Amino acid sequence: MSVKHALLALLEQQPMYGYQLRVEFEQRTGTTWPLNVGQVYTTLTRLERDGLASAEGEDAEGHLIYRITDAGRDEVATWFTTPVSRTQPPRDELAIKLALAVTVAGVDVGTVIQQQRSATMAALQDYTRLKRQAGSSTVAPAEPAEPADLAWSLVLDSLVFGAEAEIRWLDHCEARLRRAAVERSAAPTTSAPASERSTR
Amino acid sequence: MSDAILRLTAVTRVHGTGANEVHALRGISFAAHPGELVAVMGPSGSGKSTLLTIAGGLDQPTAGAVSVEGTDLVGLSPDERARMRRTSIGYVFQGFNLIPALTAAENVALPRELDGIGARQARDEARRALEEVGIGDLADRFPDDMSGGQQQRVAIARAVVGERRLILADEPTGALDTETGEEILRLLRARCDTGAAGVLVTHEARHAAWADRVVFLRDGVVVDETGSSPVELLTEPAAR
Repeated sequence: MSVKHALLALLEQQPMYGYQLRVEFEQRTGTTWPLNVGQVYTTLTRLERDGLASAEGEDAEGHLIYRITDAGRDEVATWFTTPVSRTQPPRDELAIKLALAVTVAGVDVGTVIQQQRSATMAALQDYTRLKRQAGSSTVAPAEPAEPADLAWSLVLDSLVFGAEAEIRWLDHCEARLRRAAVERSAAPTTSAPASERSTR
Repeated sequence: MSDAILRLTAVTRVHGTGANEVHALRGISFAAHPGELVAVMGPSGSGKSTLLTIAGGLDQPTAGAVSVEGTDLVGLSPDERARMRRTSIGYVFQGFNLIPALTAAENVALPRELDGIGARQARDEARRALEEVGIGDLADRFPDDMSGGQQQRVAIARAVVGERRLILADEPTGALDTETGEEILRLLRARCDTGAAGVLVTHEARHAAWADRVVFLRDGVVVDETGSSPVELLTEPAAR
């Protein structure tokens, strides 16, 4: 995750100090990707070193306030206008696990899939519960009032769609494995007519 | 837990005979309690729609027991079963199944009028049910003049009008876009939160996740069940 760009984008709204940035970040994303304050200050120091932000003194309570520079604004604009790269998919432990499960002898792939599906479904139920809390309890779908609430609900949707995709993929794997098993067991009987056809 | 509104006990359903015999359900036991929404998932042919039609008295099990609000559906005469379907069970289908020649309010009032209550009372109840699903202002519209999401809201109002406490939904969001589909689930969920029992058949995990329990069917048996014990993966957003 690009903490650097997220913080810069927040600074573009107004000058802020470290803790404030963390609060603003988590208002938009929940605690999905927790940021510790140390990480925020390390990033701010780096932004200052690279000329993207500058420390502009302390406020009344002694907080060190950071302001975005022109170079920083350009950097944010570039970030927003450049698609997130898909060329290097992040390492997917589940895909790797299944790839190995189907090739390593003695692994019950069906059980691996089923257990994962239950776990992912439980996570999906949790995300949905959070959505229900974030949304309204009334009949009409109340639009989130604050932009930060909308942001958080979109982040939740991202988690929901991600979990759903994983479950669909697991269903798909299961169906393909079952078909492969059927084809394997049927192979001796079907291979003969096939070779007959080819010699005709 | 309190008494189940719907209970299936060792239900088996076999279609055809001899070489054409197909086991749609093999000894399934299943319950839905007041306040509970249960989702049933599974690939095509897993028996999930059969389960729903049997739960709703539209089809009869080959073996096993089905009870709704404590009444054994299998032992009823066809007339009694039809009455049970009208008074205790609400259906929501993927295709809405509204009557095009009737307005929204008339569609919702129809099952109540068939029950023999006065037309005026039926209409009042229908209007209330439509308000409850957020479309009280569309009561006099015809289905063809409504969007898919609005029609499905009418169908839900029709499913819950009166005293019915069992709602059976078969892919109710099938033809709707993601946001509209979510509103429909919110409605089903809200209805269950006020004491109804819901059974939702769906192949979409995203929709099943609105349920308290998710039951996975395959080849007519329950292969897995996800309970409602929350995994604390996330907490609320930071204090505002």
